[in-house]
Amino acid sequence: MSTATASPRAAFDAALLDRIIASSSLPSWASDVRRAAFDRFVSLGLPDRRDENWMRTDVRLFKPQAWGPSAAPASVTVPEGLLAPAILSGDLAADSYADFDRAQAPFASQQASAGSAAAPAPGGKLAGRLASVDGHVVRHELDPALAAKGVVFGPADELLASHTDALRPHWFRVIDTGCDWFAAAHAAFHTASTVLYVPPGVRIADPLHVIAGMSDGGVDTSHVLVVLGEGAEATVLTETAGGGAVGSAGGFHCGGTEIVVGKGAFLRMVNLQNWNTGVWHFARQKAVVHASGRLQWTLGALGSRLSQVAQDVALAGRNASAQINGVMFTEGRQHLVYNTLQHHEAPSCTSDLLYKGALQGKSRLVWRGMIKVDKAAQKTDGYQRNDNLMLSNEARADSIPGLEIEADDVRCTHGATSGRVDAEQIFYARARGLSAEEAARLVVAGFFQQVFDRITIPQVREALAKAIGGRIHRIA
Amino acid sequence: MPSATEQLVIKGLHVSVEGQEILKGVDLTIGRGEVHALMGPNGSGKSTLGYAIMGHPSYDVTAGSIEIVDPSGARHDVLAMEPDQRARAGLFLAFQRPMSIPGVRLADFLRHAVTNCRNPDRKEGQELMPMRDFRNELKAKMAELSMDTEFARRYVNDGFSGGEMKRAEILQLAMLRPKFAVLDETDSGLDADAVRLASQSIARIGGAEMGILIITHHEQLLEHNTPLKTHVMLGGRIVESGGPELAQELHKRGYERIRAAYPDAAAAEKAMEESAKAAAV
Repeated sequence: MSTATASPRAAFDAALLDRIIASSSLPSWASDVRRAAFDRFVSLGLPDRRDENWMRTDVRLFKPQAWGPSAAPASVTVPEGLLAPAILSGDLAADSYADFDRAQAPFASQQASAGSAAAPAPGGKLAGRLASVDGHVVRHELDPALAAKGVVFGPADELLASHTDALRPHWFRVIDTGCDWFAAAHAAFHTASTVLYVPPGVRIADPLHVIAGMSDGGVDTSHVLVVLGEGAEATVLTETAGGGAVGSAGGFHCGGTEIVVGKGAFLRMVNLQNWNTGVWHFARQKAVVHASGRLQWTLGALGSRLSQVAQDVALAGRNASAQINGVMFTEGRQHLVYNTLQHHEAPSCTSDLLYKGALQGKSRLVWRGMIKVDKAAQKTDGYQRNDNLMLSNEARADSIPGLEIEADDVRCTHGATSGRVDAEQIFYARARGLSAEEAARLVVAGFFQQVFDRITIPQVREALAKAIGGRIHRIA
Repeated sequence: MPSATEQLVIKGLHVSVEGQEILKGVDLTIGRGEVHALMGPNGSGKSTLGYAIMGHPSYDVTAGSIEIVDPSGARHDVLAMEPDQRARAGLFLAFQRPMSIPGVRLADFLRHAVTNCRNPDRKEGQELMPMRDFRNELKAKMAELSMDTEFARRYVNDGFSGGEMKRAEILQLAMLRPKFAVLDETDSGLDADAVRLASQSIARIGGAEMGILIITHHEQLLEHNTPLKTHVMLGGRIVESGGPELAQELHKRGYERIRAAYPDAAAAEKAMEESAKAAAV
C-alpha cells in the first residue's frame, strides 16, 4: 500500500513552512496568512465521523505522515486535460436539429438568468492558461491584449505583491481556513496557486484554463482565487488530472478555490476533478456573489479514490443569482462526498442547484446540501435537486437535502431521486439495432442531458459527455 | 418448396415466461410483401410472439425455431441472434407500450438505429450516417406521415401521449424499413381518424418489400392493409387461419365460435387465466 512506502520527503511541518516562505516571493501579508493557518493546523487532528461534515467520509486509511511536498518533477509532462483540447480543437458538433425546432423554449436553459450570456465561440482560443505539476507551475500565459486592459492572471507567487490592493481583501478570506485539518493544511502549505483579477467592466470572451497535474504519488496543494470587478465577465475552466491509479502510490490533493463575483458581474466557472483513482482529493470551494452578479458554476467529478468537497455559494447582494451544476460519474470503489451550501444573505436572490450522479461498480456518492436563508434575505428563491442513476446493484448513493430558513417570505424547494437503468429501456433500444453498450451509453447520456442543457459552454458539455460515455460498461 | 421471396418462418414455437408456458407450438410463415393479421382474445399469446421474435430476454424459447429464409434457400437462425442483431437482420417490433428514454432525442436515437440497421456490421464508435443525409431523409419521412418536425427533437417517448407513441413507432418503421415487422396493437389508444391515418401510413411504408404481421383487436387498421391471411390465436396456438373475411367475422362476432371449435385451446386459455390469477394473488 502506498502508505507503507513513506518516501523520505519533507513532512507538513514548521521547517517546511519556513522553507516555502523563504523560497517564494509572496508579500509578507500573504506569509502571515500561512503562519496563522499553520498555528491552527498544528492544533488540529484529522477530522473524524463525529464531525457531521465528515460522517460519511472515511479518512481512516489516509496517513498524513505519508505525504509531503513533491520535489520539482525531473521531466515535466504537462497533462492535456479534457477541457482545453475541447476548446481549442473547434471540433464542435453543432446542435444539428436546430431547424427541427418549432420553438426554442423546450430546450432552453431552465434558468435563463444565469445562462443567457453568449457562449464562447467554437473553434476557440484560450484567453490565458496556467499549468502546474505536483505543486510547481510549469507554464503560464495571458493574452497581452487583456493584460493591457488590466487583467491579472498567473501564479500567485508573482502577482500578489504587485496587485495587493485588488487581491489582498479576498486572499484566503472567502474560504474558512481553520475549519478542519485539510483546510488549514491547504492555507499553510499551498503552492502553484493561481490568481485571476478582472477589472470592472472588462469582459473576457474566451475561457481561461488552469490545470493541476500530478505524477504517481504526487502532491498538489494549489489554490485558485478569482475576482471579478463590477460588471466584469469571464469564463474560467479549472481541472485536475494525473496521479496514480488504485494500487499505485496514488496522490494527494489538498486544495481550495475562492471566487468573488462583483456587482453585476458574470462568471462561468467549471471545475473538473479528473484525478486517477488512487488520489485523495480534499477541497474547499466558495463563491461570494454580490448584488446583481451572476454565477454559473459547474462541478464535474470523474476521478479520485476518495473526495471530500465543500462547495459554498454566498449570495451577498440583492438580486444576485447562482446556478450550480454537478455532474458526477463514479465507478470501482470510488467514494465521493459533496457538502453544498447555498447561503442567501441578501434579499431577492436566486440559487438553483442541480447535481446529477451516475454510479457504477461498488462506488459511493454522497450529496448533502443546505439552503440557508438569513433573516434579511426576503424574496429568496432557492432550489436544490440531486438525481442519481444506479448502474450497478452494489453502488450506493446518499442524498441529504436541507433547509434552514429564517426569513418568512421565501420560496425554497428541494428534491432528490434515485433510479436505475430499466432493462426494458435497454431492450427497446436493442430492438432498434443499438448494441447493449450503445443503449446503456445513450440512456446514461439522456440522464445527464438535463444538467448538460444548463451548461452554456458547449465544448465543456461535450467533453464531459464524452468522458462519461467512455466509462460506461454494458448494463446487464 | 423454395420461395421466390424472403420469408420469416416460425415452426413449433414454444415460449415460456418465468416458467409459465405461453406459446404452445406456433407455426407461421410470412413472406416479404405480405400482410398477415393476428387476432385473438387478450392473454392468448399475441404479444409474446412479438417479443419472442425480437428476442426479449424474459421470453424463453423452449422449443421450435424462428428463421429467415432467403430466396436462395439459405436459412438464418434468428434465435441465435441478440436483439440488436435481429434488428440489423431486418426484424422490427412496433411495441404496444414503447419505452421512454428521457434526455435522448428521438432524432439522435433514430440516427443510431438507422445507421446500425443499414450497416449490420457496424461497431460502436464507427461513423454514424452523415447528418445531412439523415436529416433530409427524416424530414421527408415526417412530412409523408404528416408529423411536425419538432417531434424529432423531443425525448424518446418521454411525455408522449398514447397516440404520439404509436406515431413515433410508425416513424421508426418508416425510417428503418425492415424486412419483417410485427405491429403490436399499433392502433390501441388511437381515435378513429388516427387509426385511419396509421392504416394508410403502414400501407405506404410496407409496399412490396416488407412482410407485416399486424396484431390487432380491430379491423380498421386493416382497412388499407388487406391481409393475405388472418390468423387466430387461442391458448398459445394459432388455431385457425383464413382470409380477410375472418378478421371481419372475429371483429363482428367475437371468439365464441373459435372457442367452441377448438375446445383444447379454449381449455388452455382457461388454465392460463387461472394461473395468472393465482400468480397475481
